[in-house]
Amino acid sequence: MRSLIRRLCLSGISLLMTTSLSYAETEIKVGVLYPLTGAAAASGVEEKAAAELAAAIINREIPAPPGLVAGIGLPNLKGAKLKLVFGDHQTNPQVGATEAERLITQEHVVALLGCYLSNVTATASQVAERYGIPFLNGSSSSTPLTQRGFKWFFRTSPHDELFVANFFDFFKDLETKKGIKIKTLGLFNENTLWGTETTKLETRLADEQGYSITEKIIYPAKTTEMTAEVQRLKAADPDVVLQSSYLGDALLSMKTYKEQGFTPRMLLANDTGFIDSEFLKTLGHDADFVLSRDVWSLDLGDRFPLIRLVNDLIRQRNNINFTGSSAREFTAVAVIADAINRAGSTDPEAIRKALAATDIPGQGTIMPWKGIRFDTTGQNVLGSGIIVQVQNAQYVTVWPLDIATHDIALPAPAGTKH
Amino acid sequence: MGHITLPLLTQVLLSGVLIGLIYALVAIGLTLIFGVMDIVNFAHGEFVMLGMYGAFWGVAYLALDPLVTLPLTALLLFAIGVLVYRLVIRKILAAPMLSQIFATFGLMILLRGMAQFLWKPDHRLVSHSLVEGRLTVMGLQFGGPQLVAGAGAVIVTAAVWLFLNRTRLGAALEATAIDREAATLMGIDTGRMFALAWGIGATCAGVAGVLLSTFFPIFPEVGANFILIAFVVVVLGGFGSVAGAFLAGLIVGEVEVLGGFLVGPAYKTALVLTLLLLVLLIRPRGLLGKA
Repeated sequence: MRSLIRRLCLSGISLLMTTSLSYAETEIKVGVLYPLTGAAAASGVEEKAAAELAAAIINREIPAPPGLVAGIGLPNLKGAKLKLVFGDHQTNPQVGATEAERLITQEHVVALLGCYLSNVTATASQVAERYGIPFLNGSSSSTPLTQRGFKWFFRTSPHDELFVANFFDFFKDLETKKGIKIKTLGLFNENTLWGTETTKLETRLADEQGYSITEKIIYPAKTTEMTAEVQRLKAADPDVVLQSSYLGDALLSMKTYKEQGFTPRMLLANDTGFIDSEFLKTLGHDADFVLSRDVWSLDLGDRFPLIRLVNDLIRQRNNINFTGSSAREFTAVAVIADAINRAGSTDPEAIRKALAATDIPGQGTIMPWKGIRFDTTGQNVLGSGIIVQVQNAQYVTVWPLDIATHDIALPAPAGTKH
Repeated sequence: MGHITLPLLTQVLLSGVLIGLIYALVAIGLTLIFGVMDIVNFAHGEFVMLGMYGAFWGVAYLALDPLVTLPLTALLLFAIGVLVYRLVIRKILAAPMLSQIFATFGLMILLRGMAQFLWKPDHRLVSHSLVEGRLTVMGLQFGGPQLVAGAGAVIVTAAVWLFLNRTRLGAALEATAIDREAATLMGIDTGRMFALAWGIGATCAGVAGVLLSTFFPIFPEVGANFILIAFVVVVLGGFGSVAGAFLAGLIVGEVEVLGGFLVGPAYKTALVLTLLLLVLLIRPRGLLGKA
């Protein structure tokens, strides 16, 4: 009797499996790897919501905002639906690789997306490369990822080197379009891998482009005081202080600037501590005039109705706003759908070819980019960062100038009140 | 670097003194506990952290300035110090040194974890305090919070020194530090002395935390930023010597700030540790340590 029930159950399951197989004809599976548990879960969960919103728009489950590339759907695949299969890499590179393998061999996904954290993207994309499955990365910024000579790897997001290069494009624009001449730079970076790499890059670019570095400070991360650092910056008084700090150090430096009576003529920060939600919350107006690079900003919606409309959608569905990471993941789903549609097939090689031929204009996305077009390494060459400034205790976009929502504001010269 | 002028150098020199005073205050509690009972308190930085949070919650819930709630926070930290002694330290007095190290190390992790659990890992700041602002004297600029913190550190250190050297209770504490058995024979309740040492030690760290709270970000791991320096100060000044810790605190602050300014901030930690190595080579018991 027992074995009869078991056999009935088994045949039931196999029946279910065959129906799902036949259904698979109209369902195109794309694997998505995010940190859904663990230290980065907060970001991963928001990215998942963004990816699901993109899929819902592609599958016409909700009406597409006009102009959005994702709104085209998959007409070349005769009404097939995009199905996202999620994997959780728990911020662990090993788990990322195993999950990538599971999605490819068991779920038979036709492409992979993820993984947010650069070190996990590195291992998971290796698996995809081995199996010959396209891997589209939306938001990992480590530069070497696209320098590995991979055939199946693509990245829509700009990387760290491009972000730092943006600083110098910004200076050029200030000079030619705003009449603000930048000559001297003061580097003020922390001493872990990130800060020292940034220092090297900034030094190289400054040399190449004719800026003189009048002070170069690498300070010990998590220091107890920054008096010597700030006094040296004050003595050098460069046109721009370029700073890379994590949150605690960023806060301490802001306090020390104030107490030592040093107002940098321009403080341009490298993301991280200066755009942490805690930064503005704790400093308020004391953070006014601080500039920082960023990848995305909500106030872009003031200028681009499409960004506002899509953000409204995620607010209705999940009660969150887009962030730099989730906006980039949303975009990655749109890009892979566009490629699958142009490929007109689920063959990995056809999708890879279509990805390589991607040419999406910036207006069709929710990113502040010129567009999406990959070079031979798989790197999107039309992406760029933005520069935000704290004005009146709010982050507003001030660069690139053609998408800025506000004009750049500079602190009053030392000695005058502002 | 730009031109080094005399006012600039004076400015840096005095800034070094101000942070050195805070280092001294943190280290005095540590050296006192070690001097009295030969136990290294790895959780000392966490007492600083608790002092900072005490100040922060005073502002957040009672809308009272850190300086106003200072006596209350100090009392609270004294109680925590005594409690830690009664609950943890008393049980490991006779244990091997390794167990003692693990006990205070475990306490450090526990206190940090508790702070993260109860108060979230966020960074917080006391945005507006009574001491806010800047004082400009003859072109030299000082942050109000640093000036008050430095003065507070001097007052507390002086009070501890007077207590140890001018009161009967202080003499009993010193006696316990010098010879535990002889002190017991003289009728001194060493258990009470140990509890007192922990109470005073935690209070010193807590007061340092309160004074820091007006200019330093407050977060659960903040103790880690200060503990290494406190150890350097204690070793440099001589284990167990309050006066030594005070002197060493000033020296370390100066090496860090003035040395960092002249040589380069990237090397400031290296400079401090080089100095420590030199002192240990030439004078292993520290500046004012007893042989």
